[in-house]
Amino acid sequence: MSGFPTLRALALGLGLIAAGPAFAAGEEVELPNTRFSFEGLFGHFDRASAQRGFQVYKEVCASCHSMHLMSYRNLRQIGLSEAEVAAIAATVQVTDGPNDDGQMIERPGRASDRFKSPFANEQAARAANNNAYPPDLSVITKAREGGADYIHALLLGYGDPPAGVQVAEGLHYNKYFAGHQIAMPQPLSEGQVEYHDGTKATLEQMATDVTQFLTWAAEPEMEERKALGVKMIIFLTILGGLAYAVKRKVWHDVH
Amino acid sequence: MATGLHKSDFANPVIRWVDARLPVFTMMQKEYGTFPTPRNFNYLWNFGALAMVNLLIMIVTGIFLAMNYTAHTSMAFDSVERIMRDVNYGWLLRYAHANGASMFFIVVYIHIFRGLYYGSYKAPRELLWMIGVVIFLLMMATAFMGYVLPWGQMSFWGATVITNLFSAFPLVGESIVTWLWGGFSVDNPTLNRFFSLHYLMPFVIFGVVFLHVAALHITGSNNPLGIDPKGPQDTVPFHPYYTAKDSVGLVVYFIVFAVLVFFFPNMLGHADNYIPANPLVTPPHIVPEWYFLPFYAILRAVPDKLGGVLLMFGSIAILFVLPWLDTSPVRSMRFRPLARPFFAVWCVTFLVLLYCGGKPPEEPFVTIARVCTAYYFLYFLVILPLLGRLERPLPLPESIARPVLRGGGPLPAGAMGKPMEKA
Ligand code: HEC
Ligand code: HEM
Repeated sequence: MSGFPTLRALALGLGLIAAGPAFAAGEEVELPNTRFSFEGLFGHFDRASAQRGFQVYKEVCASCHSMHLMSYRNLRQIGLSEAEVAAIAATVQVTDGPNDDGQMIERPGRASDRFKSPFANEQAARAANNNAYPPDLSVITKAREGGADYIHALLLGYGDPPAGVQVAEGLHYNKYFAGHQIAMPQPLSEGQVEYHDGTKATLEQMATDVTQFLTWAAEPEMEERKALGVKMIIFLTILGGLAYAVKRKVWHDVH
Repeated sequence: MATGLHKSDFANPVIRWVDARLPVFTMMQKEYGTFPTPRNFNYLWNFGALAMVNLLIMIVTGIFLAMNYTAHTSMAFDSVERIMRDVNYGWLLRYAHANGASMFFIVVYIHIFRGLYYGSYKAPRELLWMIGVVIFLLMMATAFMGYVLPWGQMSFWGATVITNLFSAFPLVGESIVTWLWGGFSVDNPTLNRFFSLHYLMPFVIFGVVFLHVAALHITGSNNPLGIDPKGPQDTVPFHPYYTAKDSVGLVVYFIVFAVLVFFFPNMLGHADNYIPANPLVTPPHIVPEWYFLPFYAILRAVPDKLGGVLLMFGSIAILFVLPWLDTSPVRSMRFRPLARPFFAVWCVTFLVLLYCGGKPPEEPFVTIARVCTAYYFLYFLVILPLLGRLERPLPLPESIARPVLRGGGPLPAGAMGKPMEKA
């Protein structure tokens, strides 16, 4: 086996380096690392927090941001009852049809409807937002480097620009946004929503809750995925032990 | 050859009846049962079998994805997300397919590394090696087109950048690009043809893999010593010895795969591909999938577009002629004390290129990539041809069964210089 270990190390290194580029792009400010309940091998969503987060989304973000991949029925997954979901859905009017007369109709939303978007199309969204486009938030935590940590930091990253930095008309200073000038005005402020469950709506609390909600929305399968993963790894480890034992037995007479 | 029923050795009457008319059972028995295989494989010899399994996983997950996927620019992105949310175990299918592509390249890179280190490309396995390079090229084309299908920002811009490379060719370049796109930009026709070809190519790969294995079973496998088996004492039947050993590797492979799919499903991907494709917004850094980065780095290392394209294709094309560039008659680098460090540097070069390919095209990465590109080619075009003449190989063992040297084995015909003294 002369000289082989170095090369073996190289081969393994390939896999590790491969992971590098995914994190490498950009030189933004370092993100604070927030501890979320969904992190780690056994991570799970904090249902109460996700529900509060939905409330923040509905009362604040939804006036600008769509979440067109979500259906109201999905909310059952974070612990809302069937009646609660139906009530939430019924608060919006959706266009349906055409009916037998060929007319489009307006009807109250149902659990099976997608979240209603605030604007009919991108142009309308831009027109209402100083020509900036508030992106759909359905998969936002997967669509940004830094994921949940980034969204959380972004929501708390507003403040006065450092001396000498000119913020352009209609833009706002944000420490964590690429380029530091974002078209979204600071969306959250202390006590902005009144939580149904009585939790105090601090800025930090709302940012954490809405991030919890958005992470669930982006990866609703995460709990199931990780739970299955743990079972798979245990199963495969045992299977690997057996396979190795069999291999040793088969090769017994050769070695 | 005379026609007539095949003489089958199988006892079971049904199997025997079929086997006499279509000797597939005899073939399997011969090629995977009793097939004489060198007894001294290490675990690097698992990777061929792993690649085969990986290909099957890609085909199976791909077929189920295709049942739910919509190849239209206005629906592709959402249809992939719908698979993840509303199809039973759709997230598993999709993450297994996306990470399966990464696993495929990890496996194949190690498989190629194994061939390079143990000289598996040398006579009589030249054609076997060349067929392998064809598989590698087809895999790259397949993965490239697959990455376009979810129609995210990187799908769109990756496709735009890579297809645009062909425009570097004089005269016909522009027409080739228009022809590839089916229009004047990457758009719905492009997505449709890529889906069609992405579905087709894996089956082409499957056919070429068949040829690869057929050629292997003519020459037999190489082994870590790089010497030919001299008789039955040097080999063991494939089954149960290597079926048992491959099973161990397969489980380890599945563990790595499972860790990716279940715990880090998006680690090897790019966040921008979760932003729907937008022809009006160019992402700040357009990077291809990680497994293309070494070649992407070579492409960008050349200041001239056409030169870069030629060098990039050349970096793979050169593998086709490798059997004739390496002039040493000794296969395994274990017995090539000079070639070994040069090869180790080449491996580092490859990894550094991979790293540079993921970085923005600025200093110091450009210079590093240029140096590494130069060494990449120097190794094949100058170092290997010269080494065969200058190097004194270590004495080869007499046989696989008796690898312990007593006074040194015979020098392979044609090796220059005297064997080194045993240290
Ligand atoms: C007044 C409208 C408005 C409201 C309310 C609003 N946003 Fe935004 N948001 C925008 C606009 C406009 C942008 C685009 C910013 C840009 O591109 O500069 C944006 C961008 C974003 C981004 C993307 C930032 C990036 O990295 O590209 C996130 C994440 C986001 N908003 C989250 C939220 C959340 C969470 C809420 C609710 C707490 C919210 N927004 C409320 C208008 C709004
Ligand atoms: C050599 C084997 C294959 C390779 C290397 C490969 C590679 C890829 C890659 C890299 C993607 C993009 C993954 C993503 O980020 O979403 C993809 C997507 C896709 N592939 Fe394949 N693939 C293979 C075989 C197949 C086969 C045989 C089929 C169908 C029969 C298929 C169907 C699809 C579909 C429908 C998608 C889009 C859905 C998605 O993006 O997840 N693939 N493939």
